Amino acid sequence: MKLYPRQRHRVLQVVTKLIIPFVMLFALYVQFHGDYGPGGGFQAGVIFASAFILHGLIFGLQRTRTVLTPTILRVLMALGVLLYLFTGIASMFFGAEFLNYSVLLHDPIHGQHLGIFAVELGVGITVCAVIVSLFYSFASKR
Amino acid sequence: MEAFTIMVLLAFLAIIAIGIIVLRDLLAGVVLLGLYSLVAAGAFVVMDAVDVAFTEAAVGSGISTILFLGALSFTKHEQKPRSHDSLTALFFVVVTGALLIYGTLDMPHYGSDLAPAQVHPDLAQHYLHKSDSEIGIPNVVTSVLASYRGYDTLGETVVVFTAGVAVLSLLGLRRRRPEEEAPEDAPGDLPTVPDDEAEHML
Repeated sequence: MKLYPRQRHRVLQVVTKLIIPFVMLFALYVQFHGDYGPGGGFQAGVIFASAFILHGLIFGLQRTRTVLTPTILRVLMALGVLLYLFTGIASMFFGAEFLNYSVLLHDPIHGQHLGIFAVELGVGITVCAVIVSLFYSFASKR
Repeated sequence: MEAFTIMVLLAFLAIIAIGIIVLRDLLAGVVLLGLYSLVAAGAFVVMDAVDVAFTEAAVGSGISTILFLGALSFTKHEQKPRSHDSLTALFFVVVTGALLIYGTLDMPHYGSDLAPAQVHPDLAQHYLHKSDSEIGIPNVVTSVLASYRGYDTLGETVVVFTAGVAVLSLLGLRRRRPEEEAPEDAPGDLPTVPDDEAEHML
């Protein structure tokens, strides 16, 4: 596989390859730092998806699809919602209300941290997968 | 100073919105929509709603611009000239707008500490004072979003999921056949020897 497929966009391709890891890292920062600063699952999912969209715009959809296949996307879309739901059901198992994370661990505060972490991760996964698949289905229709 | 900044940003929003209406070029309209979201995000930052501004900048000016451009590639870049100007439509738009403005007259002023959401003991009072001892994370927005109002956020996530499923069932993620693929080289390139990837695809 050629490293840089289209001759005319060489500069864009090189710059994109440099930028994409930082975009993803920033998305992870927004995801896991959402408890302390602005951000959270929704914003992080959008930023993470934008890394894939950028790749698709510059390198062509075909290459992006080999990295993140539509099948994986479909699984991830459902996985995020299920992670959210099962966090709620897990707290019911420990004898509290649906989505009351205080009982997940011995310390209520730690339980809340764990619950919020899992829930935000679920939101992030679903949003990212949905937005990338929206981009795929729009861009592959031409 | 803060009120002045907000007013300037809102004036920009109005100017951009009028520009979007006036312009016949749809591509320029899409770009202006992205700009509109960016200015709105700036206004949200001035209003101290950083999380909302973050979302507006990422979704409004980033993703939806890309999706609009994708939708534009199915159609022409020029708006069709209308054959007549509908006075009835103008009448209804003006009446609806006047009703909406009339509806805002009863609302509490921006930043008012007497707003019902601020004085209700189970809402802002509870969240701001108890969040630290009950949830223990510094960002109250996250603790409201993910814990106090976790059920609502679950609903939102399901809405996003449903939207994704709906688009997939309408447009699909069908893999195009290899012969329909766009050529790897842009038009005008020097003819290149087919590389190992091309052989692989055949």
